[in-house]
Amino acid sequence: MNLIKIFLAIPVLVIVMIPFLKVKGNGIVVFLAIVVNSMLSGYFAFQALSGQYLEFAFTGSLVTGPVNLRIDALSGWFIMIINFVFITGGFYGLFYMKAYQEQKNNLRLHGVAFLLIHTALTGLCVIQNSIVFLIAWEIMAISGALVVMFEHEKMAAIKAGQNYLIQSHFSILLLMIGFIWVAFKTGSYDFSAITAYSSANPEGIGLILFLVFFAGFAIKAGFVPFHTWLPYAHPAAPSHVSGIMSGVMIKIGIFGILRMITLVKCDFYTVGMIILTFSVISGLYGVMLAIMQHNLKKLLAYHSIENIGIIGMGIGIGCIGLGNGNYLLASLGFAGGLLHTLNHALFKSLLFFTAGNIYQATHSLHIEHLGGLIKKMPQTALLFLVAAVAISGIPPFNGFISEFIIFSGYFNWMQSSVLGPLMTIIFSVLALVLIGGLAMLCFTKAFGIVFLGNPRHKFHDEIKEVPFLQLLPLYLIAFFIVVIGVFPQFFLNVLSQPVQLFTGVPAPGIIPFQIKTGEILLPLTTATWIFIVIIASTFIVRKWVMRNRKVVIGKTWGCGYLAPTEKQQYTAGSFVRSYSKLFRPFISSSKAEKEVHGIFPSDGAYQTTIYDHLERYFIDNPIAAFKSLLGRFSFLQNGKLQFYILYGIVFIVTVILVPYLYDQIVLFLEFIKQI
Amino acid sequence: MLSLILIIIASAFFTGIILRVKSMASGRKGPGIFQPLKDVARLFKKGVVYSETTSFVFRIAPTIYFSSVVMAMLVVPFGQSKGIVSFNGDFIFFAYVLALGKFFSIISAMDTGSSFEGMGASREALYSMFAEPAFFILMGSIALLTGFTSFQEMFAAFHIGSYISYALAILGTFVLMMVAMVENSRMPIDDPKTHLELTMVHEVMILDNSGFDLGLILTAGYLKFAIYGTLVVNMFIGMFPYQYSIPAFFVIQLVLATGVGLIESFMARFRMSHNAQFIFVLTSVSLLIFFGVLLILGKFA
Repeated sequence: MNLIKIFLAIPVLVIVMIPFLKVKGNGIVVFLAIVVNSMLSGYFAFQALSGQYLEFAFTGSLVTGPVNLRIDALSGWFIMIINFVFITGGFYGLFYMKAYQEQKNNLRLHGVAFLLIHTALTGLCVIQNSIVFLIAWEIMAISGALVVMFEHEKMAAIKAGQNYLIQSHFSILLLMIGFIWVAFKTGSYDFSAITAYSSANPEGIGLILFLVFFAGFAIKAGFVPFHTWLPYAHPAAPSHVSGIMSGVMIKIGIFGILRMITLVKCDFYTVGMIILTFSVISGLYGVMLAIMQHNLKKLLAYHSIENIGIIGMGIGIGCIGLGNGNYLLASLGFAGGLLHTLNHALFKSLLFFTAGNIYQATHSLHIEHLGGLIKKMPQTALLFLVAAVAISGIPPFNGFISEFIIFSGYFNWMQSSVLGPLMTIIFSVLALVLIGGLAMLCFTKAFGIVFLGNPRHKFHDEIKEVPFLQLLPLYLIAFFIVVIGVFPQFFLNVLSQPVQLFTGVPAPGIIPFQIKTGEILLPLTTATWIFIVIIASTFIVRKWVMRNRKVVIGKTWGCGYLAPTEKQQYTAGSFVRSYSKLFRPFISSSKAEKEVHGIFPSDGAYQTTIYDHLERYFIDNPIAAFKSLLGRFSFLQNGKLQFYILYGIVFIVTVILVPYLYDQIVLFLEFIKQI
Repeated sequence: MLSLILIIIASAFFTGIILRVKSMASGRKGPGIFQPLKDVARLFKKGVVYSETTSFVFRIAPTIYFSSVVMAMLVVPFGQSKGIVSFNGDFIFFAYVLALGKFFSIISAMDTGSSFEGMGASREALYSMFAEPAFFILMGSIALLTGFTSFQEMFAAFHIGSYISYALAILGTFVLMMVAMVENSRMPIDDPKTHLELTMVHEVMILDNSGFDLGLILTAGYLKFAIYGTLVVNMFIGMFPYQYSIPAFFVIQLVLATGVGLIESFMARFRMSHNAQFIFVLTSVSLLIFFGVLLILGKFA
């Protein structure tokens, strides 16, 4: 209890302190506060993950009713992820923000917002009262918008922040509808009321309630078609914030969906199918657009949508397992989804941080301008490579493990299915495989163009590697990426508690999750180790054979042409050209071309812009329609102060009169009735 | 273990036979069938030339590519004898391990900064992406039919049942062989003997590799062919005793190699721009197999 008060007191104290600190100190204090708070919440989370659930009851206020905090294994798992990403991201941010040292006030605000996000996210994992939950959600949303708009002198950042803010509030609106619905029917804001309400009513109502929550949380998580804020917000934010947003902030949407699965009682088979459908679409659509992006951070942002799709596939399979009463399928699905949540938090934050390094060194994120960075920034390149292989789901790294579990889930589900589900399975497997292949295409492009070959552009400043301390958190993340890849059992053992939260303790006769996944994953681990041994021994043999061979350094083969310029290299656009021709129906891209003419040609230019089809249909067109509707009332906005005061008076009078008139009418009606 | 030995033996002559068939079809005598091995042995003895543009990626990529193929080889079973590594879902591991090798061969091509190699890399990435779904649906169908998810158990249980499963095996052979063609960059997807960089896929990616590294890449290519050949053999031999299955292995590998040689002699390469569609068509053939499995299991009823 006291620890929780300390947990809440620290951010308040730090926020009060910040105006009195120097800019340098302010970052460090915020970072320390996050570390201390992470240790506090990590202590609870650790207990929860080892099976001891903690509950705290606060009396709350008149409005909220009693406020309960409950730290169960699911909260524990997410708190662990949040803490890890925040500590590494905060540490990285200390160095990343050095470039902005003159903007003192801006930095202070950034620090405050950063700390508030951490507190709010941790709070969201444990709060069991819907009003307090919404308040924490709102704190997170607004602070999120503030950190996104850090570089507010840039139009893109402001626009991205606004877009994010509006869409977040749409998400809050949906959540509010859900919570108020339950509170209206049951009179309680406690989360247990959701369970009580949905189990007391027919399944259809539970399903609709779940879908309302799902839509709300899906906006946060970035499921297609609710994803449109994401590709703007992530590139606009400073890199450590992008890493955190993509690593954990969108995961709180996943957390919300998972929490609702534990709370709402409804037909989980249907729920699973719905989640699966959204996930398959998100996964494919995300990666298909990611390939076309030539801004590195925007590319990564679209990949977040893809990975949310993969996580969703796991959750969907898990729900279907629950609906079918198939214990193993449910365990595999939820374990795959939860593990991929962690995995994505790791490699995506690593990718965003390395993108930050690139931005720091070159002040550009345009892939076509970069090239040959591996020689200037070898460590960043290596870290990016590890994350790129991991995100493509390739062994021996962590992405493969979670995808393997999800695949195992599909093939397990297959054995007991009838025609309809079988079609779903085969097409989702097809989607998952395609996602893997497309991710490989995308990341070979990103890594190959950004880091390899010759520099494509002359930058003013000399490009150099960032300081080692800044790379330290990145190495830590890379370490975990490898460890999960080669020792997955440990993490699955940790996962057994969160998974049992969904599936329940297995009935006697059913093999418990740990043993079953051990059975599935142990040989895989052995195989991974054999693979590593093979790679190592091939290296040793190669080293030994090459020990006194002649090594000549020459030019790249250019068909006999010896003076190629860096402009003759393959570009990102040309690398994906055949892909973009094939996938044209799904991608809307427009070209602007200025051809070269004459004997003494002037400059030629060629520009392509990629646009999101779904954004047009779901965001732009409705907004345009709404705008034209509101435009009819623009005569009200005539710019005369007198009119505005009049509107105010009319409003106040109406507000006062309506209840009064209502009472009068009621009285009058009763009077007539009496007659 | 047995499969490992057989694959190594088969890989020794597979490419040689293709070359021999091709030369005979064009009216030449042609080199001996062990010529590819001699080429590799010669490469292993040579020094290397690196481009000044390249980085460490270029130097480690051939090793990782080779290791990934060796690892994939360990997973492949032979009839009743398991591969050295065999577990539930090993075919997923098989495909993804090969993907690691591909990832590195693609970025190593990008590492040279050459426009030709970039072109090859782009094509390779696209084609392998399209080839994978076909393989997964094929394996998924067999998994559905047999109820197992490891290579050995799936293949062992596959041929038992009806004649329809042999029909499926033939379709499966087609898919696997086409996937093998894509993976090994042979006709009709890619022409290994073309003399123009613009029309190559795999060959152009390894233009700058030399010496030991090139030897590794070539060896990996030979092994890959034999691996896919062995998968095809596995579709037919099931649990046959060794005295039949081992000769059957060599006969089938011989037929496949001759077939590849004949196709390469009498067919032109597909248009580069249509290759991707063609490869994706393989997925629909796999879906056909899937529907066949559904028919056998009576899921349509």
